[in-house]
Amino acid sequence: MHIAVENLTKRFGPVCANDRLTVSFAAGQIHGVLGENGAGKSTLMKLLSGYIQPDEGRIVFNDAPRRLRGPGDALAAGVGMVQQEPLDIPAFTVLENLLCAAPPGVFRSRRAAQTALLELAGRLGFPVDPAARLDQLTIGQRQQVEIMRLLLCGAQVLILDEPTTGITAAQARALFAALRQIAAEGRTVLFVSHKLEEVAELCHTVTVLRNGHVVPPGQLPMPQPQEYLLSLMFGESGAAPPIYRPLPAIDAPPVWELRHVTARSGALHLVDLNHRFAAGRIIGLAGLDGSGQQVLLRLLAGQQAPDHGQVLVNGRDLTGAGSIAFRQAGVEYLPADRLHDGMIGALSLADHFALLQRNGLLVDRRRAEELARQAIAEYQIKATPVTPIASLSGGNQQRAMLALIPSTARGILAEQPTRGLDVASARAIWSRLQARRDDGCCIIFSSPDLDEIMEYSDEVIVCFAGRIGPPIPRALLSASRLAELIGGVGFDALVDVVR
Amino acid sequence: MRTDRLKLAANLTRPLLALVAAFALTTLALLSTGVSPLEAYRLVLFGAFSTPVRLSDMIMLAAPLLLCAVGLSITFAGGLYNLGVEGQMIAGAIAAMVPLRLWPDWPPLLLWLLAGLSGAAGGALWALLIGALRRYANVSEIFAGLGMNFLASGLALYMVLGPWRRQTSASLSGTDLLPRDLWLPTIDRLRLAPAAPVIALLALAIVWWALTKTRWGLEVRAVGLNPAAAGRLGVAAFRRMAETLAACGALAGIAGMLQVVAVHHALIPNISSGIGLLGLLVALLARADPRWLLPIAVAFASFTVGSIQLPLTLGIDSAIAGVLQGALVLFALVARARVR
Repeated sequence: MHIAVENLTKRFGPVCANDRLTVSFAAGQIHGVLGENGAGKSTLMKLLSGYIQPDEGRIVFNDAPRRLRGPGDALAAGVGMVQQEPLDIPAFTVLENLLCAAPPGVFRSRRAAQTALLELAGRLGFPVDPAARLDQLTIGQRQQVEIMRLLLCGAQVLILDEPTTGITAAQARALFAALRQIAAEGRTVLFVSHKLEEVAELCHTVTVLRNGHVVPPGQLPMPQPQEYLLSLMFGESGAAPPIYRPLPAIDAPPVWELRHVTARSGALHLVDLNHRFAAGRIIGLAGLDGSGQQVLLRLLAGQQAPDHGQVLVNGRDLTGAGSIAFRQAGVEYLPADRLHDGMIGALSLADHFALLQRNGLLVDRRRAEELARQAIAEYQIKATPVTPIASLSGGNQQRAMLALIPSTARGILAEQPTRGLDVASARAIWSRLQARRDDGCCIIFSSPDLDEIMEYSDEVIVCFAGRIGPPIPRALLSASRLAELIGGVGFDALVDVVR
Repeated sequence: MRTDRLKLAANLTRPLLALVAAFALTTLALLSTGVSPLEAYRLVLFGAFSTPVRLSDMIMLAAPLLLCAVGLSITFAGGLYNLGVEGQMIAGAIAAMVPLRLWPDWPPLLLWLLAGLSGAAGGALWALLIGALRRYANVSEIFAGLGMNFLASGLALYMVLGPWRRQTSASLSGTDLLPRDLWLPTIDRLRLAPAAPVIALLALAIVWWALTKTRWGLEVRAVGLNPAAAGRLGVAAFRRMAETLAACGALAGIAGMLQVVAVHHALIPNISSGIGLLGLLVALLARADPRWLLPIAVAFASFTVGSIQLPLTLGIDSAIAGVLQGALVLFALVARARVR
């Protein structure tokens, strides 16, 4: 199906997220949509898939203008969108999830639905168990289920918003192969991303958005030079890349120490962990989704108590003391989902600084606003001290979260610190974290992005099926070796060598 | 300037529409009974202000109502729906009776103080049980609160018919009246105990100050908005929740104490008279904004008192005040719903 927008405009308050966009997407191709955070990509996709309605302009499917009243309406017209976070019903099985939202008449029976699902899964190369519950699946598997659901419900246009965020490299490869197959069958695929390599690898055309406009107007055929696309996305100047520098020799005591720690989470068992995490290091946790990184971070943040063994922070035994005690001992935890459990969306930066005040009966508003102003200047946050956090862009929220880390923090645990951020924002975040490292913090982060781990870690810890490897100096590691270790190749030898 | 005025007009349109809709619904209900809606409205809206006695009745109803609504504005700020406020009021009333019955010869001033403290403690304890159920048994505070309401009613009934029954014979109409000198000082002709509204207004002022100016209030609001994030920033989230429940329970308990020493002068089975649940409506309509609590509590109390005359003058049931109050809250909630 050919899909086009004409003079499409959407405003959120004073912000014009899409400003008279005119662009069209031909059938049978994969179209990349690039842009930094806040450029208007997600708004355009939500307009096309009926989640929000435009203020002006129109949406045209196969030369006929359509008014979309909601996602169901859009799917009936043949457009389906895979959200960045899976929008499904976790307690349902794959098959139930498929049946419950299917338009009437699509499936004659459960058996027919299952047959259709397995047939499509075979064609796309997705391994799927129709009886598996969605909450037992990984993000990548749920994404595959969602793609198949939309296609079985008649989607001719498939929109994917940052689909490779939070899925493994193998799942990304399977996804790309499936998308090529879907396009080859004559459907239209819109692939929203800010990862240039992916767009270069996959897409036939690219549309670049900047500040709610298409630059230059209309689509570009791929391939295009990477530098040219970067300049379109960010304007002329991007931030300079960080400079790699050798590890300083630190003889301070370890920030964290695990002694014979055993812990479990669901089916995952972590047995007899003995680790010391030194100060002044950035340690990257690499591994497939759900290999133990999460549990390790939760143990180190005090959110989960070990079943056996001890957790020491700065030499003090804090086993089972709870996350507030860990925080008071200088451990700061930055969750991946900034608004869900990182910060309070309705409160402002000044309110957050006021929350951090520990003394006095009354709120010292003047002091809190002063701190907020300092943080805004120092971290270049686009906000005022009284802007609600929820109305900031992702990059600015992440900067605000970093600004809120007290200067006394000795250990920072960051879960996917640059999740959903564009290149420039990610670099800014990392330069802040590196400055913290230089001040003597130990920073442990997890990321599904191997490039990020290779670029910013001083040491890398590989997690494989609940086993936590020893820290490997970054200098001794190559990208291909890391990829092998994540897949379990040579992992046993690595652990044995250390023993 | 012009846009400001437009914005103001836009902000007022929805509440006004809600008001019109609520009265339209109530008018329909009145028309169905065949009485003149104008006459009924005259009584419901202004009846409470027609004589000094009715005015003081209204004040004596508004005082516990305001106390409950103020308490609920704390739990709302903390993100909790404390439907147990009715039971907390009853628990407070029962607890307040204890010192009054144990030491009736002590100086009244001391006894009132003791009754107030005991009532507050009883209400707070009853509310903390809800917190404990939520924390340790994973029961939603809504269901826990409703269950505790039934338990409190049962307990009050048991006390009235059992341990504290009248000396002559057990009676559903309540315990023996308290000795006259233990009644809160009352202007007899008016049935008005001035201490009650003073206590309620004091509570309003203190809670408004605590929620907006203190660090505790900020932490409570942060927990209400996002407990996980507040916890990450170092706020003891569950503790704050428990404290909001206890504070609300204490205020409801004081309202129960006032029902005993200032209104009924005895423990009666229906000591809370639905005031706690009416307080929920007030808090919902005020959106837990302290500035609106007082006017709305006064308005609701006057509807209730005004409608008492309906059966006598117009021969219809006084429940029409409940229809109006409920319709106001319903349409206000509808008007607030965000347009998609």
